[in-house]
Amino acid sequence: MTSAPLHNEDDGVSAIVSEIQTQLRTRVSAEIPVEPGTHITRDLGLDSLAIMDFIFDLEDSFDISIPMERIAEVQTVADLAKAISTLRKEAA
Amino acid sequence: MGIFDKFADLLEQTKTLSSFGQSPAGLKFEKILSPTEAMLNGKRTILLGTNNYLGMTFDEESVQCAIEALKSEGTGTTGSRVANGSYNGHKALEEDIADFYGMHTAILFSTGYQANLGAISALAGRGDYLLIDADSHASIYDACRLSDAQVIPFRHNDADNLNRKLKRLENEPGSKLIIIESIYSMLGDMVPLQDFVDVKNKHDNTYLLIDEAHSLGVLGDKGRGLCEHVGVEDDIDFITGTFSKSIGTVGGFLVSNHKEMDIVRLASRPYMFTASPPPSVVASARQTLSTVAAATDKRKQLWENATQLYTGLKNAGYELGPTISPIVAIRLQDPEKAIALWNGLLEAGIYTNLALPPATPFGWYLLRSSISAAHTSEQIALAVELCTKIGVELGLITLSNSKKANIELVSVKDETKPAALNGSSEKRPRAKAEPKSAALPKADGSAARA
Repeated sequence: MTSAPLHNEDDGVSAIVSEIQTQLRTRVSAEIPVEPGTHITRDLGLDSLAIMDFIFDLEDSFDISIPMERIAEVQTVADLAKAISTLRKEAA
Repeated sequence: MGIFDKFADLLEQTKTLSSFGQSPAGLKFEKILSPTEAMLNGKRTILLGTNNYLGMTFDEESVQCAIEALKSEGTGTTGSRVANGSYNGHKALEEDIADFYGMHTAILFSTGYQANLGAISALAGRGDYLLIDADSHASIYDACRLSDAQVIPFRHNDADNLNRKLKRLENEPGSKLIIIESIYSMLGDMVPLQDFVDVKNKHDNTYLLIDEAHSLGVLGDKGRGLCEHVGVEDDIDFITGTFSKSIGTVGGFLVSNHKEMDIVRLASRPYMFTASPPPSVVASARQTLSTVAAATDKRKQLWENATQLYTGLKNAGYELGPTISPIVAIRLQDPEKAIALWNGLLEAGIYTNLALPPATPFGWYLLRSSISAAHTSEQIALAVELCTKIGVELGLITLSNSKKANIELVSVKDETKPAALNGSSEKRPRAKAEPKSAALPKADGSAARA
């Protein structure tokens, strides 16, 4: 059984994952899968500048700023979604 | 696993670079002949990548001041000013810098890198926010790692993006310190400074630090840089700069009108825990700095030279940075051809910088040149001609997109090459067809964009 608040929180993160996937799809080749477990710097063939540009777009989509030290902790798409979810709650 | 295993990729990249010819990081100049020429591999070579904007490295008075200081005060200070005390010259140079900018306090650092490292890491502490341009110099990124502040990068030269980020921080109590550069070192593009000043002035507890490394001596009627040129000096909280470019020696500084600034010395690890600049360096920096305000002719010459190189390469069909500036960068996509062009120019007697990703924007390979007021029109004309010739051979540009009529040059014959290269840079005959207008940017820093 999943409690209601946790369910809502999961839904929030899932929606963020979808938005991240949508934005990444426009940047990486079609044959590269973009899943929650995809490692952002290792699996996508994006250089550090392309990743920075992608982060700037996400910031505007979610109306948050992602500090560099938070980015440093992120490895996968799911990590990034969780970080964005946390930052949105902090900003609220 | 050994401690050097992590460098395998870097080593591979270095080997690949060297396999095409010279190694960019391994060049050794056998003799420096003048601010614009050196001997490299036994060949007289034009220096077109040494940031020597005003050509002051061999200035007789600066050299003499350095010799006198060397004789009277010795080769080095052997310690930090906090631990071992200051010399007269350190204090005098700080007063010179403060007077030059018309500001209250200057702090001297041992290099420009350390000025950014020491200023930024000390000014922004725990609970504060550093808002930095995404294309910032490595010294700024490294300063962020040393600082306890939260670091939020904003899109390059995008004041609106910065404004959105400052708005999100409106309810946060910490101070916000914005970091920008006047001229960015890779492409030579300038910050739209008035836009950034306007954004800064909209927000409380928000400060602006600008690195004028590439603009000291280069911009402004008195050579104080972009802030003087745009007329916003009163709105700037902190300026950092270096003596290793237009001043022709080494060292860095932080200058400000904030009267409390002296205390930064005791909070700045890169200030406290390193040896202070040696007396000879301080003496030559003082002498050269004293000439900058009146060096109007040199600045005019520098911008004419920059215009000549930029328009020459543009007309040849090369993709360049967006703005005419003393940094002129050819943007290339193909690494092998970029390396071949760099090597070809070296073999022909022209030294430029090869800049590779990730140090460059958008993953470009850059053939970066920096112009000096001491370059002759002939030297720049030869550089344009050789860039054109080798670029055509490599298929980087074609003769059809190269507007040959606009490249005012004699043809490159083998016998003319040594003549041009052997010409003394002491005498500076100018070509008749040189551009007449110095391409200074408009007050908002955005002009002269191609």
